[in-house]
Amino acid sequence: MSAVEFAGVTLGFGARTVLAGIHLAIGDSEFVGVFGPNGAGKTTLMRAILGLLPPRQGTIRVLGRPVARGNSTIGYMPQMRGALDQLRLTGRDFVASGINGHRWGLPLLGRDARQEVAWALARVQATDLARRPLAETSGGERQRLLLAQALLGRPRLLLLDEPLISLDPNHQRAVVELTRTLQQELGIAVLFSAHELNPLLGALDRVLYLGHGHAALGTVDDVVTGPVLSRLYGSEIEVVRVNGRIFVMSGGHDVEHDAHRHDHGAHHVHV
Amino acid sequence: MFTYDFMQNAFAAALPVALVCGLSGFFLVLRAQTFAGHALSHVGFAGATGAVLIGVAPLWGLIAMTLAGGVAMGLLGERLGQRDVAIGIVLSMSLGLGLLFLNFFSAYASQATTLLFGNIMGIDAATVWTLLLLGIVAVGALGAIARPLLFASLQPELAEAKGVQPRLLSVLFLAIVALAVAESVQIVGVLLVFALMVGPAAAAQRLTTRFWSGIGLSVVLALGEAWLGLALAFTTDWPASFWITTLSGGAYLLATFRGSLLARTH
Repeated sequence: MSAVEFAGVTLGFGARTVLAGIHLAIGDSEFVGVFGPNGAGKTTLMRAILGLLPPRQGTIRVLGRPVARGNSTIGYMPQMRGALDQLRLTGRDFVASGINGHRWGLPLLGRDARQEVAWALARVQATDLARRPLAETSGGERQRLLLAQALLGRPRLLLLDEPLISLDPNHQRAVVELTRTLQQELGIAVLFSAHELNPLLGALDRVLYLGHGHAALGTVDDVVTGPVLSRLYGSEIEVVRVNGRIFVMSGGHDVEHDAHRHDHGAHHVHV
Repeated sequence: MFTYDFMQNAFAAALPVALVCGLSGFFLVLRAQTFAGHALSHVGFAGATGAVLIGVAPLWGLIAMTLAGGVAMGLLGERLGQRDVAIGIVLSMSLGLGLLFLNFFSAYASQATTLLFGNIMGIDAATVWTLLLLGIVAVGALGAIARPLLFASLQPELAEAKGVQPRLLSVLFLAIVALAVAESVQIVGVLLVFALMVGPAAAAQRLTTRFWSGIGLSVVLALGEAWLGLALAFTTDWPASFWITTLSGGAYLLATFRGSLLARTH
């Protein structure tokens, strides 16, 4: 069974078409990195899988079922928002707010719910740091808490939207390794979007590149090539491999690295 | 002090008001919507003076306008929620409109001071009962939506993906805030609702990092400040609103000071 199946899917909002006529199938225990320039549709793709954006055409199936909002088999980690920097609540209370968070009533935790929170925190080695207020955690620690929240309810598919943004290389590596370990131990599928391929190289099963309305899914060797990426980016792309690292270059510039730096700066201006 | 009816009424009225304000204020601070609460009170001013003009009790005009304003803000959602300028303009227009209504009804000159700065000593027993009923409705409604509201306040995108309807929650929450505002206007007036709605909740979030202790402390502070303010007003003969705002501001400053001291020793 596929974790995610797109059959002729077109996605867009307003007058804009983001992805057109996409076909793809992602296996139920696969770690897939999602890449592409800013605005290529990485977040849009995840919102469609979550049922938040109905496709204009085609059908989406998630774990064998038609796509639907409120699917408890999907764990989701949205892009980090600056507002969490100021939050004085403990990491544990923050994570726990996700337990049955859609149900009416008081946010009381029963014994099962407390055990589920403890399990999720332990899985990401965040049991101790969850006692601190969120405002006093580092970016890497906050990502672990968000990951724990995504694990509540034991999802079969994890959607992680840019978890590496504004992390230094050490913390990036830690998040990737943790995600890979969780994915293999729990036997689940992971879609992990990022700006740069290199931090994920050792962990990925396949890559999904998005650009100019198209998508290319396959192994790194099949997809990360000059011809495939040139078609997706809509400009002449050269792929350079040095010491096991891969650089995607356009006219002498490192496309992915520049995109990341740009986004990083924008994040801070926003805050 | 309690031998006087008006003091008994004042203490009784402060109870439901502090409860509603402490609870809804906690979420208001958490959601960074405090300015929306402030604006709702000004919208209520126009409603209250308009009600006086047509011969209805100002409390009902206040409730009608704050409720309408709260629902409208919730429906407009994010588009308005973050726009300080739009809220500020609606706020000043409402105050201006209220002033116009008062102008038509010059016999009620003291009404302006009462609405703007509150007159808790002037509350009668019937109003206490009304405040109590409104308080029960507001607290009950907040209890019904508390879990999804907390989730959507902390993680809006994730909550939406899990089936929470942020727009509906926002409307319901701002309607509850509208009731809380209408209640606190009775005590501290339109201009000073921050003292009861925001001050205690903000201080509580400085002092504790747990959800339940935070929300409990918020209620305790709101009630403590209101009651202590009343007692001080009785002994000094200074306005109760002055004492309540001073206590609220003082508690927030102390909490901030203590919070930064704690942060330094870590």
